[in-house]
Amino acid sequence: MKLRIWIALLFATLPLAAVKPAAVANAADTVTTSMPRFRWENFTTANGLPDNHVFAVLVDGDRVWAGTENGLALLEAGKWKVFTPKDGLAHRAVLSLAIDKSTGDLWVGTMGGLNHISAGRIDTYTQLNSGLSNDVVYGVGVQGDFVWTATAAGASRLNTRTGEWSLYNERNTPMAEIWTYAVSTGADKVYYAVWGSGVLEYTIATGRWKDYTDPDGDNELVLFKDQGLIHKITSSVSYVDNTLWAATYFGDSRYDGRSWHNFLTKDSGLPSNFTNQVKGLDATRAWFCTDKGLAYYDGVNWAVYRPALDTGKPEMYVRDANGKITPVPVETAPAHNYMLGIDFQDDDVWVATGKGLSHGIRQK
Amino acid sequence: MRRGLGIALALALSAAAVAMTLLSATLPHAQASAPAGDDQHLSPSEMAFSPDGRLLYVVCERSDQLLVLNAKEGVVLQRIRVGRTPRGVAISPDGRQVFVTNSWDDTVSVIDAAKIDSATETATRTIATGAEPYGVVVDHAGKTLYVANRISNDVSVIDIASGAECKRLMAGRGASYLAISADGTRVYCTHVYPRIGAQRTVPQSEVTVIDTAREAVVERIPLQGVAGMFHIALSSDGRMGVVAQMRPKNLVPLAHVEHGWVFGHSLTVFGADAGGTIEVPLDELEHYYSLQYGVAIAPDKSRILVTASGSDIVTVIDTKRLLAFAHSRQKPFVNDLSASANYVMARIAVGKNPRGVAMSPDGKRLYVANRMDDTLSVIDTTSNKSVGTIDLGGSKNISALRRGEQLFTTSRYAFQGQFSCANCHIDSTFDGLTWDLEPDGFGKDIVDNRLIEDLSGTEPFKWNGGNPSMAQECGPRTEMYFYRSQSYSPPELADLVEYIYSLPPRPNRFRLPDGQLTAAQERGKAIFYRTVNKFGKAIPEANQCGYCHSGPKHTSQKKFDVGTGKWTDRSPVFDTPQLVNIALTAPYLHDESAGSLEEIWTVFNPHDQHGATNDLTKDELNDLIEYLKTL
Repeated sequence: MKLRIWIALLFATLPLAAVKPAAVANAADTVTTSMPRFRWENFTTANGLPDNHVFAVLVDGDRVWAGTENGLALLEAGKWKVFTPKDGLAHRAVLSLAIDKSTGDLWVGTMGGLNHISAGRIDTYTQLNSGLSNDVVYGVGVQGDFVWTATAAGASRLNTRTGEWSLYNERNTPMAEIWTYAVSTGADKVYYAVWGSGVLEYTIATGRWKDYTDPDGDNELVLFKDQGLIHKITSSVSYVDNTLWAATYFGDSRYDGRSWHNFLTKDSGLPSNFTNQVKGLDATRAWFCTDKGLAYYDGVNWAVYRPALDTGKPEMYVRDANGKITPVPVETAPAHNYMLGIDFQDDDVWVATGKGLSHGIRQK
Repeated sequence: MRRGLGIALALALSAAAVAMTLLSATLPHAQASAPAGDDQHLSPSEMAFSPDGRLLYVVCERSDQLLVLNAKEGVVLQRIRVGRTPRGVAISPDGRQVFVTNSWDDTVSVIDAAKIDSATETATRTIATGAEPYGVVVDHAGKTLYVANRISNDVSVIDIASGAECKRLMAGRGASYLAISADGTRVYCTHVYPRIGAQRTVPQSEVTVIDTAREAVVERIPLQGVAGMFHIALSSDGRMGVVAQMRPKNLVPLAHVEHGWVFGHSLTVFGADAGGTIEVPLDELEHYYSLQYGVAIAPDKSRILVTASGSDIVTVIDTKRLLAFAHSRQKPFVNDLSASANYVMARIAVGKNPRGVAMSPDGKRLYVANRMDDTLSVIDTTSNKSVGTIDLGGSKNISALRRGEQLFTTSRYAFQGQFSCANCHIDSTFDGLTWDLEPDGFGKDIVDNRLIEDLSGTEPFKWNGGNPSMAQECGPRTEMYFYRSQSYSPPELADLVEYIYSLPPRPNRFRLPDGQLTAAQERGKAIFYRTVNKFGKAIPEANQCGYCHSGPKHTSQKKFDVGTGKWTDRSPVFDTPQLVNIALTAPYLHDESAGSLEEIWTVFNPHDQHGATNDLTKDELNDLIEYLKTL
C-alpha cells in the first residue's frame, strides 16, 4: 500500500520536474510583468512649465501642482497656470508642497517663506512677519490643525487655530544640526529628515522628541547594516502604516518600530545610494527618487525607470529577489534621471525631475 | 394640547404686559411681555423665521436672549436665555432645532423648538465653535452647521448630531455673516475687517464661497476697495447674491466730507444676473445712508431691501431697474452719487439702528430689528410702507449709557448723514484701516484706528497723545474734523463718553481656560518684564517692555520715541498704546506699518529703541509674542 503511494507520488511529481525550468522562466516573467509599467508624458517649459527644474510635485484629485525653480505651476483641465511672486508667492523657487486633506488648502514651502493657498488666496509667512524659523522651507506637512515645516534653521510648527508658532531646534530637541530637509506627518508621529543629524521622531501624544542616527557614526563604512539608520545625511522621510522610510545620500532605510532594514545599491535594486526622496506606499512598498533614476520596491522586487545613463534612451529594468536583472522594453522614459519628488494619481505617478515633470501613465 | 396651552398662557401674560405699538391696522394689536423684573435693554439684532412662517426668532445681544414671537400676532411667546452676547440665529430645515451663536462664549446654543411653548427657558445643549461666533446656517440635510467666527477669521463646520467641530475653513478677516444658497450647494461668508495688506493700499475683502458637498472653500470673490461687509442674501433662483458693505476712502485726507470722500455705502451684486460682480452705490447726492447692514431679496427677486443702520432707514431697490442700469454702464459707478435715483424705489423710516432683517416666507412682510430701541419694524413689501412696530418689551428707562450708544451708532450728526462713530469702530471695535486726518496737514500723521475697548485709564488719546480726555477726543475734535456739521450738546457728549468708557474688553482667547499661562507665554512674560539682557547687561528703563507698557492696561500713559517715526510724522514721539486684546488689531504701530506683531521687532526695531529685543533668538521672540497675545 505504501509502495503504491510512493509510486503514485513519483509519477505525480514527474511532470512538475519536467517543467521546472520553464516554471522558473515564467516566474521571472511574472515578476517582470507584475511590476508597474508606464507610458511617460513629460512636461517642460516647451509645454507650459515655468521651469524645468522641478523640486516637488503634489497630486490633488484631478489637479497636479508642481514646485519649480521659477514658480508654482498648476495643471488643471489640461492647462497650466503659473503662480509667481507677482501673484503673492513668497519666492519663485518652490521646494515643497503639502495638501490639507480636510480643507483642500495647499501649503507651499519656498526659498523665501511659506505660502498658504486657499481657493486662490495666497497668504505668506516669513521669518520676519511670522514665527517661522527660517525662510528656506525645504519641507512642509499637515497634521490636523498643525502645519509642520522643515527649514534651514530647524523645525517650525504653526497651530492654524491659535496662530502660535513652536520652534524646534538644537535647544529643545536632540538635533545636532538644524538643517531640516523634509517632514512627514502621521496621526501619531511626525518625522524629520535632518541633514547631518539623522531622523527625528516627534510623538504627538507625549510631545517628546527622539533621534535616530547612524550607528556607524561618522565612519563612512557600513559596519552594522540593519542596526539602525543607514546614514545621518538624511534627505527625506515618509511615515506610512506605522513604518518609517528614510532616504539619505548614502542609501535608504526602513524602520517598523522594532527593526531596521537598509537598502544599498550593492544588495538591492536601488539605482543609486544618493536618494532625494522616498515615499512609502505602505509598510513594504516604496518609491525612491535617486540621482540615477526612479525606483519602485514592492517588498521583494525592484523596478527602475529612467533615460539610460549612457544613451539616454528609455529604460526600464526589473531586479528580482535573486538579484536577476531583466530589461523591460519601453518606448518612453521620465524627463531625466535626476529625480526629486513623486506623487500618485490612482495608478499613475507624477515625478519631479531635474529637467521637467513626468507623468507616468500606468499601462495594464 | 400642551403647545396650545403654552401659547394661551403666553398670550395671557402678554396681554397683561407692555402694549405693542402698531402703526397700521393691517396687523392686529398685540402685546409683548416684558421679562419680569428685568429692566435692561434687549438690543435685537438678528432674526429668522420658522419654516412654516409661524414663529419669528429674535436674537437680543444685550439681554442674552432669544425671543420667540408669534409672527402673525406680533406677540412674544417665549424668552429663552442663551449664552453671552448672542449674534446669530438659524433654524434647522425641519424647524425642530434653533441654533444661536454666543459670541462671548464661543458656543452655539441648541434649542429644541418643540419645547419652546412649554416654558422651558434654557438651551438643550451647547456646541463649541471658533472665536467669537456670529453668523450661522444649517445645511439642507439638517446635519451640518456652518458658523462664522469673527476673531478666528474662519468658518466652523460642525456635525450637529455629535456636536463635533469637524474642521475650520479660512475665511475673510472678521468673518461674520453667512447665507446658504437655495439649492443648498453653497455657503457664502462675508467679513467685517479688510485683509491685512501692504500699508496704505486699497482695502481688499472677499466673499468666501464654500462647497457644502466637499465642505471646502472653492472660491473667493474679490472685492477691491471694500472694508466692512455685513449681511449677504441670495436669490431663490440662485442667479443673484447681494452684500451690504462700506467703501472707506481712507487713502485721501479726511478733509472732503462735503465732497462725499469719507465713506460710500453700497451693495455688491454678484452672480449670473449681474454678469460678474457689480458695486452699486446707495447714497444720494446730498444725503447718505450709512452702514448698510441687513439685506433681503424678495422671493420673486423683484426687490432688494437693505437696512441703513446709521440712518434708521430701509432702502428698497427695484432689481430689474438696478440690473438694467448696471448693464447700461460701461464703467464702475460705485462712486456716482446720482446713480441710486435710477433704482431706489423707496426709503422707509424705521426704528433706531436697524440691523438684521427677516422676510416672511411668502415675501409679503419684512421684519427689521431696531437694535437701539428694542422694537421690530414691519414693512409691507408690496406698498413699501412700514405697517407696524412690535415692541419687544425692553426697558423704557433710557439710561445715559443707552443714549450714548444711540449717539455712537447714528450718523445724523455728520455732514449729510455720511457716517457715525460705528463706521470706523465697527460694532464698537476698530476697522483695520489707517486714516489721514486733516488738522495735522495733508499727508501728515497717518494713523492707525485703535480698538476702543476698556479705555478707562489709558488717557491721553490720539497717537500723539494730544487729547487728554475722552470728552475732548469725541467732542470738539469730532465736530471740527470728522462730522463738520453738528456738535454734540454737553449732555449728549457726556452720554457718549459714558458709553465708550463702558465698553469692556472682550474675553481673551489666548489664555488657558483657568487663566494660567502656557509654558511659552510664561517664558514670554519673563522677557516682557526682564531688566537685563541675555549678556547680563542692564536694560535702560525706557527700553524695557514693562516700563512703558506698565499698569493694568499696559500703558504708562506717557509718550516715547521708539524709533518708528516716519517722514510723514510731524513728531516721532507717540503715546504708549494700551495692549488690551492686542492680538486682534493688526496691523501695528501708529501708522500700521507693521503687518504683524513680529514685524514690530524684526523690521522696525533695528536699534532696540522699541524695547531691547535684538539679543533674542527667534524662539524667544515667539515666546514674547505669545505672552502679548494674552494681554
